[in-house]
Amino acid sequence: MMRRYSAWSLVREGLRGHTGWPEAWRKPERPQAAYDAVIVGGGGHGLATAYYLAKLHGMRRVAVLEKGWLGGGNTGRNTTVVRSNYFFPESVALYDFALRLYEGLSRELNYNIMLSQRGMLMVAHSELEMEIAARIVNAMQINGADAELFGRDQVMQKVPLLNDAPDARFPVHGAIWQGRAGVARHDAVAWGYARAASALGVDIVESCEVTGFLVENGRCVGVDTSLGEVRAGAIGLAVAGHSSVLAERAGFRLPIHSYALQAFVSEPVKPMLDTILFSFGTGTYLSQSDKGELVIGGGLDRVPSYGQRGNPPVQEQVISGLLEMLPAVGQLKLLRHWAGIVDVVPDSSPLIGPSPLPGLYLNCGWGTGGFKAIPAGGWLLAHLIATGGHHEISRPFDLARFETGRLIDEAAGAGIAH
Amino acid sequence: MQLFPCPFCGPRPETEFHYGGEAGKVRPEPAEAVSETAWADYLHAQANPKGVSREVWVHLACGEFFVLSRHTVTHEILGAEAMPGREA
Ligand SMILES: Cc1cc2nc3c(=O)[nH]c(=O)nc-3n(C[C@H](O)[C@H](O)[C@H](O)COP(=O)(O)OP(=O)(O)OC[C@H]3O[C@@H](n4cnc5c(N)ncnc54)[C@H](O)[C@@H]3O)c2cc1C
Ligand SMILES: [Zn+2]
Repeated sequence: MMRRYSAWSLVREGLRGHTGWPEAWRKPERPQAAYDAVIVGGGGHGLATAYYLAKLHGMRRVAVLEKGWLGGGNTGRNTTVVRSNYFFPESVALYDFALRLYEGLSRELNYNIMLSQRGMLMVAHSELEMEIAARIVNAMQINGADAELFGRDQVMQKVPLLNDAPDARFPVHGAIWQGRAGVARHDAVAWGYARAASALGVDIVESCEVTGFLVENGRCVGVDTSLGEVRAGAIGLAVAGHSSVLAERAGFRLPIHSYALQAFVSEPVKPMLDTILFSFGTGTYLSQSDKGELVIGGGLDRVPSYGQRGNPPVQEQVISGLLEMLPAVGQLKLLRHWAGIVDVVPDSSPLIGPSPLPGLYLNCGWGTGGFKAIPAGGWLLAHLIATGGHHEISRPFDLARFETGRLIDEAAGAGIAH
Repeated sequence: MQLFPCPFCGPRPETEFHYGGEAGKVRPEPAEAVSETAWADYLHAQANPKGVSREVWVHLACGEFFVLSRHTVTHEILGAEAMPGREA
């Protein structure tokens, strides 16, 4: 039985030296021989899928198989921005659903995911960029998401440190403001779903790599793993940057290129930024963590890659962008820097739906922006696995869009960064 | 900064190069006989290998497209060849 976390349990454990906390989720050494559903990948999307399968669809014989440790992929490597400022109705339906689930998630999971809806500024630097910003704001409002067009003074009021010198390379004209955007604690999202799923009977097996698929009569009926064969009624794939590697083992190809995406953290400083700041001009974005560190990100690396580390050309671009935006941080030291391998699709929208191999379902292609979508991605993949068919929100994101040509091009629509 | 080899100009900084796509894809013809599936496959389905990869790149400085072989985990460069009929 899972013990509930509460203010009272914190006080009690404080008084007895924190000796009574039980483990947050069970750690089976190896998977059982068969399940109703097996999820490959123990990132946020895989864990959320398992949770919703158990919680909403009553499936209790479910396993999550993770080759490393929980949340050790992109879920534990991202800059934790959650928002729904996209352009197309299909995308807003998806990402706003995720944001609404995030808004109730700490309570739902009895786990503090530290969602902090501090708002996001996407700064525009010319009259032309302001026109695009107005277009995105209008689209968001029509789609029912909160958005405002800010003028220059409103922007400078939010972030007084923003470079607005007469000779600034990127003068401030205004911004898109989404007040409900925010950040959340990335590990807590993975751990919270893991704990809640485990309490409902889901087996979460770490250090268990899926190496192949069992196919009988043209249908996927299980997986081969480093810990032996596991049979399953349905299999969900949520392995982000490694989707192509597993697709090849299942006998098909995906419209995905894998790239490294980098992030940077500075030494901690006093509070200086109480919102998320993004610049259309530099492509750099940042927020300040509770510890005071600046958490900084930017665009993709230039070279397709599975090397889980960043490369200098984009480092230079991101950091010079930062100095252009906030000259005041020029003296700060970087403390940490890393990269994750993200799954990039030509229209910058995810792939959710049945795979070409019956019995195997996809949740991938989130690229640079799937942390914000974790609750929805898991919810929708669980729906697919439990019912065998699409929910209305996931249908437009089916692989079939590459044959019909109905792409959802958010790179063009919203100039997505993260 | 990594150096990439251009078959025409020799080793140059990686930022002078732009990724074009997977090498060796053959455009299905004739157009009127190509199914939607085959066309989508040609346009979008990628091997995206973890390991050795053969890719088309363009050297922006001289404008030549060529085939680069590299390792996608270590980023080691394994070779560069001009496109057929474009030998230096
Ligand atoms: C630097 C950086 C910054 C980002 N910033 C943001 C942001 O601000 N906002 C946002 O919304 N998104 C952001 N993202 C994107 C986001 O992190 C991802 O889209 C999201 O975390 C994907 O979650 P996932 O569960 O699909 O993948 P992951 O968390 O990567 O999980 C996939 C798991 O599959 C496992 N796996 C792989 N192969 C196998 C196998 N053969 N067998 C078993 N397990 C396997 C991996 O070990 C991994 O744990 C960022 C990403 C990076 C790298
Ligand atoms: Zn050249």
